[in-house]
Amino acid sequence: MISRRHLLAAGAALAGSTTLPPIIAANAAGPQLDPALPEGLRDVAALEALPGKKPLIRMSYRPPNYESPLEYFRTPITPNDQFFVRYHLADIPEVDAKSWKLAVGGDGADKAIALTLDELKALPAVEVVAVNQCSGNRRGLFKPHVPGVEWGYGAMGCARWKGARLKDILDKAGLKKEAIEISFDGADKGVFDKVPDFVKSLPAWKAIEDTTIVAYEMNGAPLPHLNGFPARLVVPGWTGTYWMKHLISINALTKPLGNFWMAAAYRVPLGKFPVVARFISQETAANTPITEMVVNSLITSHADGANVKAGTMVGGIAWDGGYGITSVEVSTDGGKSWLPAQLGEDLGRFAFRPFSAPVAAKGKVTVMARATNKIGQTQTTELNQNPAGYHHNVIHRITLNVA
Amino acid sequence: MRVTIALLALTLATPALADEQAIALKKAPGLDKVEANCAACHSLDYIVMNSPYPNAALWDAEVTKMIKAYGAPIEDADAKAIAEYLKKNYGS
Repeated sequence: MISRRHLLAAGAALAGSTTLPPIIAANAAGPQLDPALPEGLRDVAALEALPGKKPLIRMSYRPPNYESPLEYFRTPITPNDQFFVRYHLADIPEVDAKSWKLAVGGDGADKAIALTLDELKALPAVEVVAVNQCSGNRRGLFKPHVPGVEWGYGAMGCARWKGARLKDILDKAGLKKEAIEISFDGADKGVFDKVPDFVKSLPAWKAIEDTTIVAYEMNGAPLPHLNGFPARLVVPGWTGTYWMKHLISINALTKPLGNFWMAAAYRVPLGKFPVVARFISQETAANTPITEMVVNSLITSHADGANVKAGTMVGGIAWDGGYGITSVEVSTDGGKSWLPAQLGEDLGRFAFRPFSAPVAAKGKVTVMARATNKIGQTQTTELNQNPAGYHHNVIHRITLNVA
Repeated sequence: MRVTIALLALTLATPALADEQAIALKKAPGLDKVEANCAACHSLDYIVMNSPYPNAALWDAEVTKMIKAYGAPIEDADAKAIAEYLKKNYGS
């Protein structure tokens, strides 16, 4: 929801004018937001088009955090101009592709090298369709409240990424066998020197997987500025925190990276979630860095409260940490019984997998969807509470009025 | 009404990075400290979007985190005024 006061202020500021048409029903122009999201968010969030983007739901202006509305997820590929935007730090330079260089080195490498964009593109190109989802997607639905960006459902997207294998890049610098982590820095930074620069690391085993790439294309086009131009890390299966945008340096490390973003942020209690991928060099007795995404699904064909005819197909998308979605079940009786949905186009184990099922019941119908992956993991019915509000995969539900 | 909304949508779609003056926090003692310190690093919608849930302890922890973890250069007296403002105006 957007308040009249807020809209007036926004309109005046952007138009540079104090004469505005009267607003009769401001709420009608705002995004549909889950009533479980914080009241403050529902007041301040608004649909807004950033340069080169279709309208996204603004969580915060600076650093820019904008999520995709539910209806942008009706296809398994999210178009670039509908893809969400997420930054930690507010100093975000427009990177010049001609002068951009990617520095590769570190104490776990034989030598330091630098690649231009042309040199990066000269390496063997690979393509992978993969979901990029913020670790804190759906944080705004946590009860009790978890402070942070109060995301709804849309801090995610799925694109076809093209780039060079990180392994091939590391080979050029020579990866020592003592290297245990690979770290990544982007061009964006904080407005004060003391603000910890956003630098992340991956365990070496994940960094050298064939599907981990430095991407310079997204859905057949250069990366949009706000999604990491000219090149970003793509870590299929793992949450967005590792997908460094505006990548400028890569370092092979023989010791764990101990900065704020690794040692304090992006951690989950040890053993709390059924994830397979471990980041052992960063584990403590209490917690571990978040790694792969948990299995999840979202109903996107209809808005909550929509009026439909009996027999209408409802559907959405399902995804996981890269094991692959094997089934999605749909319930139209509030979870008492479940029927298998039909799965749509398979764009690979890291992609959104569409699903659909008919709604046969009539009246006020609660539709729910539950995905299962190849290793038998499924979604939770109760929230798996954790301090930073990650891995929300509670079964999504909407209400339809079926006639 | 539809025309009004369309006009408004056009205004909001102006291709410039959005203007933060839209975030008008509640006028109360301490607001000047919030605007002078917090807004240096982030827009003030971060405060609104988290309300009204944080209790006093949570707002204290957030202010401390901004200083200790994120390196915000905020003097002790200002930090106290900011925490008080947040608790009174955006807390539970």
